[in-house]
Amino acid sequence: MSSLTASPSHKKTTTAQDERVGKKSTLSILLGRPEIGALVGAVALFIFFAIVAPVFLSPASLATVLYGASTIGIMAVGVSLLMIGGEFDLSTGVAVISSALSASLISWYFGLNVWVGVVLALIVSLLIGFINGIILIKTKLPSFIVTLASFLMLTGLNLGLTRAIGGSVSSPSIADMEGFQSAKAIFASSVNIAGIDVKVTVFIWLAMVIIASWILLRTKIGNWIFAIGGDEKAARAVGVPVVRTKIGLFMAVGFCGWVLGMHNLFAFDAVQSGEGIGNEFLYIIAAVIGGCLLTGGYGSAVGGAIGAFIFGMANKGIVYAEWNPDWFKFFLGLMLLLATVVNIIVKKRAESSK
Amino acid sequence: MGKPTWRKLALTLAIVPALGLAACSSTGGRAPEPESNGGGGAVATTERIKVAVITHAAPGDTFWDIIRKGAEEAAAKDNVELQYLSDPDGGRQSQLIEQAIDQGVDGIAVTLAKPDAMKGSLKKATDAGIPIVSLNAGEDRFKDLGVFAHFGSNEQLAGEAAGEKLKEAGLKKPICVIQEQGHVGLEARCAGVKKVVPDTEVLYVQGTDMTQVESTATAKLQADKQADAIIGLGAPFTMTLLKAKATANSKVEVASFDMNSQLVQEITKGNVLFTVDQQPWLQGYMAVDALWQNYRGGFTIGGGQATLTGPAIVDKTVAEKITSFAEEGVR
Repeated sequence: MSSLTASPSHKKTTTAQDERVGKKSTLSILLGRPEIGALVGAVALFIFFAIVAPVFLSPASLATVLYGASTIGIMAVGVSLLMIGGEFDLSTGVAVISSALSASLISWYFGLNVWVGVVLALIVSLLIGFINGIILIKTKLPSFIVTLASFLMLTGLNLGLTRAIGGSVSSPSIADMEGFQSAKAIFASSVNIAGIDVKVTVFIWLAMVIIASWILLRTKIGNWIFAIGGDEKAARAVGVPVVRTKIGLFMAVGFCGWVLGMHNLFAFDAVQSGEGIGNEFLYIIAAVIGGCLLTGGYGSAVGGAIGAFIFGMANKGIVYAEWNPDWFKFFLGLMLLLATVVNIIVKKRAESSK
Repeated sequence: MGKPTWRKLALTLAIVPALGLAACSSTGGRAPEPESNGGGGAVATTERIKVAVITHAAPGDTFWDIIRKGAEEAAAKDNVELQYLSDPDGGRQSQLIEQAIDQGVDGIAVTLAKPDAMKGSLKKATDAGIPIVSLNAGEDRFKDLGVFAHFGSNEQLAGEAAGEKLKEAGLKKPICVIQEQGHVGLEARCAGVKKVVPDTEVLYVQGTDMTQVESTATAKLQADKQADAIIGLGAPFTMTLLKAKATANSKVEVASFDMNSQLVQEITKGNVLFTVDQQPWLQGYMAVDALWQNYRGGFTIGGGQATLTGPAIVDKTVAEKITSFAEEGVR
């Protein structure tokens, strides 16, 4: 960043060629990426667990680790984009459950084909994102407050509506309804690769990361996202549709919540209305480890995915290593801290060597 | 967001349910409303009294639903106006007791998961002459707090009962899955199992996220090939452990604590060995009923000792008999 503050006249006298149009080496491009620190952290963690728990390297174990990572990672895609756009969302954890409950309760109560519930749940999820976005724009309150309010309201709605409609705090099982099997095949099946069952969420996750990266790096919308996260006023001044982009980002988060919500529903047949609380932080942690700045304007979708992978490795690696479970949370916290510190060090190195 | 988008949204909202009508599921779903069968019975002729049931339930836990149903049924029979309140935070649960005192209730039923936090407000209640019973948690402390009766199960005993049952089945190395780290009752269950089966191992999972429960349990089953049983400490978690077992391609036996209708089905099918039920419905019912009995004739039940509502073992031999009760949500 320091090179940008140097005055143009100074630059002209010292270098013959403007560094902005000069060719960079592949290494310096690589080191300049937001996710490079997380990548180094992930490789280190992988090697570490491969040494302390050899079972970690078996294909079946890796599939489990990837599954654990994917259930965080799917949301982290949306959350990363939103964070690059300068906002964040505390309602994501419960919004996932809201979506699952909507699909389940609507199909169950009206006796509809499960797919109708799935489509209506998508509308509910997008609507939650839309409402978050529109309140943010209209009130100009920080997203922390707006989404904290929607977090609380959704928590209450999840409980209240589930009990009012289903008569219990857990949604009734819809496993025997029409359309369940086909929906399960899409959202919660396994794919057999060389004898190893890999959960379909892993592929959904990877596809979403690729799409999000393409949007961020190759489209106009991607530029808008970086622009509003970097400096909203300046972005507006150069004609970026700030309102539409922000609402769109919240709706993208809603979409990710729907995907994960559908997985929850079809993997476990029934959903407990109190679930999901606290997960919003895991998604944010994944994005931050992956190099997204809390202040916006910087980050990548791939970074969020690597962050989720680090979380998955730490979470499951401790179990594979068969460490005393009393210390589980401590190790988890320590690993997250180390990963983030490595991230910062690598990023600083990269910036100073530019 | 221009106007056309709004219009599109409204149109979508209108069309989708219409499509839905053409896409009904002929299987499953909500059963048609049954002919009213509850509430038709005789109600006690005593004057209407007001009872507050104040628990430490976390919102959204199916277990507490059953307790609440028991309390509601007793209230309906005993001509009691029931107020059901809960807060998992000790301090706030204590404030709920004070609010109930302010409202002039005729009796309080309280769970004593955090007895020390309840001390002050329960003292206020006894000073105001309000009779108190405790339920679910607080077996060893209820007497000191001015509570005249307790209804609950002993978690340690429940764990030991599960241990005995595992031993009977020849299982030696079970994994006890705790969904909330540091929860005294859950730790006591696993400690009870471990007392009978010394090689019991504890696994902590994040109970608020089923996907993490499944993947962590799968990881454990993949890593630990010696394990021969896995125990869930709540019915929904046991259902997830069954999925983890399938994913890990493991041969372990599955056992459980607590109950719901799906779990009873799995026991009937033989996929789950047994569950240890503490009969929570009884806890809610008895707590409200004991307060009414106290109002009716100054009775105190239990003779100063805790009344145990469990452990009751449910295995294949009894599962079928209680299936309909589990579906109704009372078991």
